[in-house]
Amino acid sequence: MSQFIQQLINGLSLGSIYALIALGYTMIYGVLRFINFAHGDVYMVGAFSGYYLGRWLINSLGMQSSVLLLVVVLVGAMIFCALAGLVIERLAYRPLRNSPRLTVLITAIGVSLFLEYSGQVFFGADPKPFPALIPDRLISFGGLTFTNKGLIVLGVTIVLLIGLTFVVRKTKMGMAMRALSFNPTACSLMGINNNVIISFTFGLGSALAAAAGILSSLNYPVITPLMGLLPGIKAFVAAVLGGIGNIPGAALGGLILGVAETMIVGYGDRIHVPPSYRDAVAFVLLIAILLFKPSGLLGKGTVEKV
Amino acid sequence: MSLSSPPADRQKGSAYPKLWLIAAIIASLLVSQFVHLNPYFSIVVINIGINIILAVSLNLVNGYTGQFSLGHAGFMAIGAYSAAAVTSFGGARWFDSLGGVNNATTTSLFIVALTIGGLAAALAGLIVGVPSLRLKGDYLAIATLGFGEIIRVIIQNTETMGGSRGFSVSGIYTTIFWTYTVAAITVYVVVNLVNSAYGRGFLTVRDDEIAAEAIGVNTTKYKVVAFVLASFFAGIAGGLYAHFIGYLTPEGFGFMKSIEIIVMVILGGMGNTVGVIFAAVLLTILPEVLRPVQEYRMVIYSLMLIILMLTRPQGLFGGITWRRPAWLRKKRTPVEDGNPA
Repeated sequence: MSQFIQQLINGLSLGSIYALIALGYTMIYGVLRFINFAHGDVYMVGAFSGYYLGRWLINSLGMQSSVLLLVVVLVGAMIFCALAGLVIERLAYRPLRNSPRLTVLITAIGVSLFLEYSGQVFFGADPKPFPALIPDRLISFGGLTFTNKGLIVLGVTIVLLIGLTFVVRKTKMGMAMRALSFNPTACSLMGINNNVIISFTFGLGSALAAAAGILSSLNYPVITPLMGLLPGIKAFVAAVLGGIGNIPGAALGGLILGVAETMIVGYGDRIHVPPSYRDAVAFVLLIAILLFKPSGLLGKGTVEKV
Repeated sequence: MSLSSPPADRQKGSAYPKLWLIAAIIASLLVSQFVHLNPYFSIVVINIGINIILAVSLNLVNGYTGQFSLGHAGFMAIGAYSAAAVTSFGGARWFDSLGGVNNATTTSLFIVALTIGGLAAALAGLIVGVPSLRLKGDYLAIATLGFGEIIRVIIQNTETMGGSRGFSVSGIYTTIFWTYTVAAITVYVVVNLVNSAYGRGFLTVRDDEIAAEAIGVNTTKYKVVAFVLASFFAGIAGGLYAHFIGYLTPEGFGFMKSIEIIVMVILGGMGNTVGVIFAAVLLTILPEVLRPVQEYRMVIYSLMLIILMLTRPQGLFGGITWRRPAWLRKKRTPVEDGNPA
């Protein structure tokens, strides 16, 4: 039983990474109706900006690994990626605002390749050890032992989720975002500048992806320029699982996916599924949800109008 | 919602399609018999041929039927591994029962292997296509991507086929002749199918699915037919690839390979076979040309893709109708040409 709870915590901690990336996918889909394939690579850029910022803070400013260091690196990387997201949107996607969705999709794939391969040129293709931002500690609680990092990942994710919910529900910007995803034409007729809102959404989503990049690098401290590929696709699956365009759905989908993967690795042998099938879990879930409820767990079905 | 709306693109009247087919096969036979390319060039030329098969077959799904598939590499993988399994595990028995290794037995073994590879991929295409083609647009793209990845993970976990270590194929049988013969057949089948009365159904599904249904076109059937046929050719291309490269790894058939094929289709202009062939040639040669700038070549490639989409979203060759010169065109009555005057 205690092993099960341990697995559950690990799963939730992995799932919160997926959830943070999935939120970006879902928000961008909400306002623009397209899959931003480059989102997984923004996550990679987040991890690398954290890597360089962290190393600079430790080596040049002599900061010790502490919670303060983690917060500074986290916020720094989030700001950097928010700006990167704005630039990507401005240069690659805005000129295509009225193009067919396929064109935008291909452009997104192009941006994704561009980020990956320029990452390989600028950062080098070899894996890099992520600096230890906080000291390792084991926390025992009622017969269970957790690493502090796993709990920090969960905690930071919850804080970010609350923050995001506040932004989307309570601020004018959030209200405009919801309006835009509801009906772009009506939204601009109400005096909202759609481009500003779309830029804001990209910034917000990219900042969350950066946070996911830092948090996952805490747990698995090796980063490479191609690290965003698989988590990016899986997070997209999480977004579809929860109902694309639906913010709580993305968080839920991410957590479900993380727990499912961890459970297959932990207990898959009992149902004759070797742990190496871990990467297939996401896609099996994806196909199941697409076949039985294509609008996702929390999504609303749409009716095609003629 | 239709994902693509390129302008009319049918090749007007295929006057001598069989002639073209035979000409292409004879040309490839002559080249492989009498022109001795150095090994590097023949590798590039065979690669071009395989990419033509992949791109033209995917074009049937993405370009002509308007269904966005992101899993083509998965079907190629099934074809590659099935064909490799036939020659590697069945090869010895085949040679024994047919009287030793000679030209005729290797050729027949190779043809059997390619066919089985194609059929296995077509079967997989049917299994994947029937459920997932109910989905539309982005969802279909993601579902096919998912299936492609599942195929890869399954191969990775199949120990008899080498798992993630890779599988070494027993014979190198692929030649320029075989590659281009298959490529010519693929082009022939796709072009003639789309230009046939039956094949108009694919175009109606792409142009307006609801209207197509309303006039009695069985849209699901057309989508599945396109998908299965495309998978079949992808499987054969996989078989050719396996017996050309000699060593298969599951990673070689990942998401990136599918993207590569998609890019060829987009660059050539969706639903434009001639354009797609040009794009396949161009995109196979491009990385070779960019070899001197090795580390920047993928950066340049991706930048070109973005710039192309921003400036020419219909593809390099999209929107161009290819007509053969007047002296090769069949005489038509003006009414048949849609131009009564």
